[in-house]
Amino acid sequence: MSDASAVERTLAGERDVYRVLVERHSQNVYRLAYRMTGNSHDAEEIVQEAFLRGYRKLAQFAGNANFGTWVYRIAANYAIDRMRQRKSEDARREVPSRPTEDGLAVDPISQVRDPGPSPERLAGNLELAERIKQALEALTPAERTAIVMRHWDGCGIEEIALVLKSNSNATKNTVFRAVQKLRRALEEFGGPRGAAKTMGTEL
Amino acid sequence: MKHMSEEELIAFRDGERKGREAFAAHLQECPECRGEMERIEAVFAALDAMPVPDPGEDYGRRVWQQIAPRLSEKRARWWEVWFAPGRLVAIGAMAALVILAFWLGRVTRNPKPTGPDIVDAGKVRERVLVVAVGEHLGRSEMVLVELANTQPKQGQRLVNISAEQKRAEDLVEENRLYRQTALQEGDAAIANTLDELERVLLDVANSPDEVTPAQFAAIQKRIEAQGILFKVRVVRQGLDDRKDKSNAAPEENQAITKERNKV
Repeated sequence: MSDASAVERTLAGERDVYRVLVERHSQNVYRLAYRMTGNSHDAEEIVQEAFLRGYRKLAQFAGNANFGTWVYRIAANYAIDRMRQRKSEDARREVPSRPTEDGLAVDPISQVRDPGPSPERLAGNLELAERIKQALEALTPAERTAIVMRHWDGCGIEEIALVLKSNSNATKNTVFRAVQKLRRALEEFGGPRGAAKTMGTEL
Repeated sequence: MKHMSEEELIAFRDGERKGREAFAAHLQECPECRGEMERIEAVFAALDAMPVPDPGEDYGRRVWQQIAPRLSEKRARWWEVWFAPGRLVAIGAMAALVILAFWLGRVTRNPKPTGPDIVDAGKVRERVLVVAVGEHLGRSEMVLVELANTQPKQGQRLVNISAEQKRAEDLVEENRLYRQTALQEGDAAIANTLDELERVLLDVANSPDEVTPAQFAAIQKRIEAQGILFKVRVVRQGLDDRKDKSNAAPEENQAITKERNKV
């Protein structure tokens, strides 16, 4: 069954046909949500919320658009709102940062949030993976959204601008700032080249 | 050609068309810029190395199982969404402010008072805000108090908060409008409280229709932790005082009544 006919049948009242769309697009939305939030718990919540909102707003979905892209955008919108909300809550709580041995500030809340052994640990590249994770966490929600959508998902600048509620030029700048900040953060670690080498992905 | 800036290199890598041929030629000739480009490429290579945990092949099925019970309500059609009672309140309030802004524009453009109804435009605007925000805070307080005072029965597996959740959704929309207006009016105290209230309301609005007693206790704890009920009451009290102070100005009150009746 194509996405278009699944949408049509759901709109006609066959609620359970929406399952086809959920099963087909969940993984993709999960990858976006994980890269934006950096932890599985939040990512899973974003996926659920995106599909719930998609269902409620299905009548507004233009049939000529791609359902996967549409629900992806709903997820990105929800994720950026959540990240902004959380950042401002964290700022308000003013939890003092605890410096680690290498002088890097670690947010104790983010440590509590995802306590289990991560795939990074299994890969044996904890330090670098943590550094990338922290570099991404240090970005603003808009910068993180922009780099995730642009780099991993190949979204167009216009599409990202829609999510950021910004214009093309400002969005290009946001992408640039994100790359620049990531580069600085990784260079402190011995340079992204060293980083890539450690991860076995050197060009 | 001088060396390419970091911004130009990143834009080039990103597919920027402007000046592309000249930059491509320069990169071929200039080992320094090539080296810089390689360092930028390495950032992306490092990013690609960040693993995303595999949620499992049956992930889509699990998502469906989690959301299916929450899809029982009829999907809202676009006109139902737009004309939902809660949204009508927000639309009405917005219309009132537009009318008020238009009216104020006319009043302030004419330096000569033309009748007894013409009063200080700023004061009227402030009074409208005071009254409308007071009412909004009252409605928000009711929802939060209801949530704070509900105790799940022993052995109860799920607590249905769909009614509060829907009211919170509507209140979020109103809240945004009043917060923006308060900011424009330079009323930082009200804007800050509305900002905090919005987060708590969003939290409720984004909750599932039915929650476990543990999830419900977590919502109550968050309401309590923010101390929002206390802050809302303090602001409401302040607004009541402001309302009382201006009660001595009958002409102004008359104008306010007129403005509010336009909603």
